[in-house]
Amino acid sequence: MSLERKIKLEAERDHEFADWMARKVGGEKLRHCLQCGLCSGTCPLSLYMDYTPRRLMYLAREGFKAEVLGSLSIWLCTSCYACAMGCPKQINTTEMMYALKRRAIEEKYYPKHFSVPVMAKQFARMVRQSGRITESWLMMRVLMRSSISSLFGMSRLGLRLFRSRRIGFLPEKIHRRGEIARMMDAVEAARKEFSV
Amino acid sequence: MPEAANPAAAENREAARVGVYVCHCGTNIAGTVDVKSVAEYAAGLPNVVVSREYKYMCSDPGQALIQQDIKEHKLNRIVVASCSPLLHEPTFRRVLDRAGINAFFLQFVNIREHVSWVHTDKEASTAKTRDLVRAAVRRVCLHKPLQKRQVPIDPRVLVVGGGIAGIHAALTMAEAGKEVFLVEREPTIGGHMAMFDKTFPTLDCAACILTPKMTSVGSHPRIKLWTYSEVVSVDGYVGNYKVTVKHKPRYVIDDLCIGCQECIAACVYKDGKTPDEFNQGLSKRKPVYLPFPQAVPQKVVIDPEACIEFKSGKCKKTCVEACGDRHAIDFKQKETFDEIEVGTIILATGFKTFDAKRYPDYGYGRYPEVYTSLEIERLINASGPTGGELTLKNGKKPQSTAIIHCVGSRDHNTNRWCSKVCCMYSLKLAHLVRERTGAEVFNFYLDMRTPGKGYEEFYDRLLDEGVHFVRGLVFEISDFAAHPSEEGKLVLRVEDTLGGFVRRVPVDMVILSVGMEPQADAQDVRRLFNISCATEGWFLERHPKLAPVSTFTEGVYIAGACQGPKDIPESVAQAGAAAAAALALIDAKTVELEPYTASIYEDECCGCKTCVPLCPYGAISFVAEKKKAAVNEVLCKGCGTCVAGCPSGSITQNFFDDAEIFEEIEGVWSHA
Amino acid sequence: MKYAYYPGCSVNGAYGRGYDQSLRFTFGVLGVEFEELDDWNCCGATSYVSVDDLTSYALAARNLALAERDHRDIVAPCAACYLVLNKTRHYISDYPHIGHVVERALGEIGLSYTGQTQVRHPLDILLNEVGIQAIAQKVKKPLRGLQVAPYYGCQIVRPYATFDDQRKPTSMDKLLAACGAKVVNYPEKTECCGASQKGALSEVGLDRILRLLTSAHAQGAQVIATACPLCQFNLECYQEETGNGQPPITMPILFFTQLIALALGASAREIGLDRSIVPVKQVLASKEIAYA
Repeated sequence: MSLERKIKLEAERDHEFADWMARKVGGEKLRHCLQCGLCSGTCPLSLYMDYTPRRLMYLAREGFKAEVLGSLSIWLCTSCYACAMGCPKQINTTEMMYALKRRAIEEKYYPKHFSVPVMAKQFARMVRQSGRITESWLMMRVLMRSSISSLFGMSRLGLRLFRSRRIGFLPEKIHRRGEIARMMDAVEAARKEFSV
Repeated sequence: MPEAANPAAAENREAARVGVYVCHCGTNIAGTVDVKSVAEYAAGLPNVVVSREYKYMCSDPGQALIQQDIKEHKLNRIVVASCSPLLHEPTFRRVLDRAGINAFFLQFVNIREHVSWVHTDKEASTAKTRDLVRAAVRRVCLHKPLQKRQVPIDPRVLVVGGGIAGIHAALTMAEAGKEVFLVEREPTIGGHMAMFDKTFPTLDCAACILTPKMTSVGSHPRIKLWTYSEVVSVDGYVGNYKVTVKHKPRYVIDDLCIGCQECIAACVYKDGKTPDEFNQGLSKRKPVYLPFPQAVPQKVVIDPEACIEFKSGKCKKTCVEACGDRHAIDFKQKETFDEIEVGTIILATGFKTFDAKRYPDYGYGRYPEVYTSLEIERLINASGPTGGELTLKNGKKPQSTAIIHCVGSRDHNTNRWCSKVCCMYSLKLAHLVRERTGAEVFNFYLDMRTPGKGYEEFYDRLLDEGVHFVRGLVFEISDFAAHPSEEGKLVLRVEDTLGGFVRRVPVDMVILSVGMEPQADAQDVRRLFNISCATEGWFLERHPKLAPVSTFTEGVYIAGACQGPKDIPESVAQAGAAAAAALALIDAKTVELEPYTASIYEDECCGCKTCVPLCPYGAISFVAEKKKAAVNEVLCKGCGTCVAGCPSGSITQNFFDDAEIFEEIEGVWSHA
Repeated sequence: MKYAYYPGCSVNGAYGRGYDQSLRFTFGVLGVEFEELDDWNCCGATSYVSVDDLTSYALAARNLALAERDHRDIVAPCAACYLVLNKTRHYISDYPHIGHVVERALGEIGLSYTGQTQVRHPLDILLNEVGIQAIAQKVKKPLRGLQVAPYYGCQIVRPYATFDDQRKPTSMDKLLAACGAKVVNYPEKTECCGASQKGALSEVGLDRILRLLTSAHAQGAQVIATACPLCQFNLECYQEETGNGQPPITMPILFFTQLIALALGASAREIGLDRSIVPVKQVLASKEIAYA
């Protein structure tokens, strides 16, 4: 049996974290959360989470940024929206999870080769470049950057898919790819202009 | 209206002899405003005969000073510059009265709350005071003599709703010697309380404490009890209401039925086929029935939708036969009406419970063993469908029961409010379930709200009884078994927030603690009685803290759950308060109405009816023969909406006519 | 009205081709007019918004704007696309700051979106525009009581299910029943399949999949009908791994449109049934439903 000293100091809290979250889409009622636990209950993945959605909302509201952004929970969320639908205070917990994912990616709060954020980043990269996703290439890029061993583990499935003609390697792209880049630049400019 | 339309204006101005009194109010005013210089300044204004400053105008010597001046200097208009009129306008009006001039020849200027208490700059404050006083002097010259109107109060009272609140209010007033009409739309009084088994926190048997009051009502010489009746129209104003009451046909002659219930036993239906409303649909009743054994009045009712005689006209009518010589059954009975006159009305129309079907995830209506709290009350009650045995539908006793708090409360998706009583009654049910069945009981709660007298102690008692208290909102009830131990049970899934993990709890029976809601027809009822509802649908009180049983309509009071969720002690307290308020009005014998009423200058009224719907108090009516609108001065509260809204400017308001207002505005702007 | 068909990357790709083929066939037979949205781009699904929200809305809005330019409503079969496009519509109008940014981005490429174009799901169109009667009339190869578990998954019904109930939807049930299938009671019909969790955290993903397969099997289903390419992938491709000591459950996982198209007379090849990982022919034969 090992001892672990558990105490939280005010100095560890991020005092603006709650405000930041409450400004996000779906977070308008964050401070109204009465910790009922309905979100955790309906969540199909909560049984694997280190911090259940309810606990995560509480920690976020109280500014325990490190715990929240470093948690496994945000990466386990599959956006099934069960939590958002049931919440008696109409907090959109799913959108809160997205906001936390974005911030965790921005501030690099996850293990380097963890496949979920790697997938998000590679997905975004592929969309920026081609406008569409080619699943086969996406899977390979993700697996190469996260867990190469899985790539070999998936090979059997890959072979079956290939034989059943369920896998294609022709890269999908849109014609007017330039529009994507232009839209992204416009978004950045608008972001600065509207301070959002 | 321009001065031409106010013929007295010019004359009034000439004849006015004004006395101005500026109060120091100790240092409250004098600390910021140079009172002396204001009084000196006022002395030089047109029409001002006397101008004084005094330390405490409202004191006896202060008042006497004004009275003296009025006599000596033949003053006929007074301006008092001091505190808020809410405090002392009546005081100074009485002074004018005593001195023999009309009380409304007073103009009250607030130079404390409007000047000295909100500004710090002395020069600016004094300048502002001068402006205000000057304006008041100009205005008061145009004041007209007004009289407060006195209306008599009819001592009879109408109580609508025969639940515990209505019963208590009716008894209180009847004991005070007043004649009371108690109207209840069900065939019996008793309301929701009659359905309960035991009441918290004392675990008194509900019927045992209620029925004596019910029988008192039934036999009281001064209470006219009209059950199975509804109010259909209300006209009039405080002290003088004309109410029409409709009596639904029981098909039984009230005076002849003695409640022997032989007709029920003899009915051609051997077993009931209609869901019994009182037993929440858990049992069936016959077409002829008594709602519950202790019903008051003890008179049976015939339901025309279920009775064969009504449906086909070809029944053996064994009921009539059983009734024998009394001949109390009358299939030809029609609804009748009564018109009554009362002075005050008390609304005690109660609440309804939340419809648990609105949470489909709880399976109410789908799984037979999911009940509402009210259904369980009937099951536990000895006069209920199972004679007080708490059993499942298969006749066995439950071995485990779950009670879910906050169903239909504290939820932005359904009802935002906390229904106040559910934590307490959930604890009560937990205790009763354990007592009757020995089952393992789980209470799933969000907060434990036990604020009343003896309530926290009741919670302590439950803690000792080994009930499981799990803090979490149950999100689903299903019959899917994930483990052999869950076979045949209802499984609740919930995050145990205090334990920090999700749980699956299999039980035999689930009780949903449904919240309280306003009655379905609350909006219709409130319109009938000319009161308001708050946004959530509860009847609106005049002030949530200081006037919880009065409404904005004089003479109409509210009591009990119709004003908001509450328990029995509070309902009784409110009923007593409403009765006291009504009695105060009645004992005063007359009520004085402020004369700030609007009136319509008929020659200029073009009959456009714009004003009629504008009035929040329903005080304006359209007189068809004259094609003009008319204001009922007694209902008018002087809000001024119609005055502003009239397109032809033909409505004027006492004490606030156009000339007076413009004069005051001019007074502020002009620099004499 | 002609719809702008938005397949999305998965349905358009080799994997989801069966959904695309069967949907085109079904719409063709039932007379629903549509044309693939020209030069549509990826909606961003749930991944882009995890990286940058405003950009993801702008990208999704490009498709809305393109459809609006043609005065058409969008029909989006993929659950994630359906959700993202609807969400974008709502956010543009409910949140002014998002509306402004998207307007700028669209304006940059000469487009605009005023909220006219709606986004609809094939289930909605088939049930409410075509109607059960019309479908039943066109059935050539009734499904003869084939036992089907209707699996909706989560993103079609939550949070923007205007055409069906969030927790207990019935649109797919009705459509399949109209084609002669026996729709079994499937309590897990809107429980999440685990999305991409199997790839990341294998145990977690498998747990979800096993639960869905077990329940369907226990209810007597021979086939599970799905409406989302990722659900279909999860349920079909990991059946062997979900054994957990027991013999694994194998059953064909089909797109609901494949079943409807089959009933309307399509041959297996036409609608990609020949490309199923778990063979379908035997199961269909058990109810004497013609494969070819």
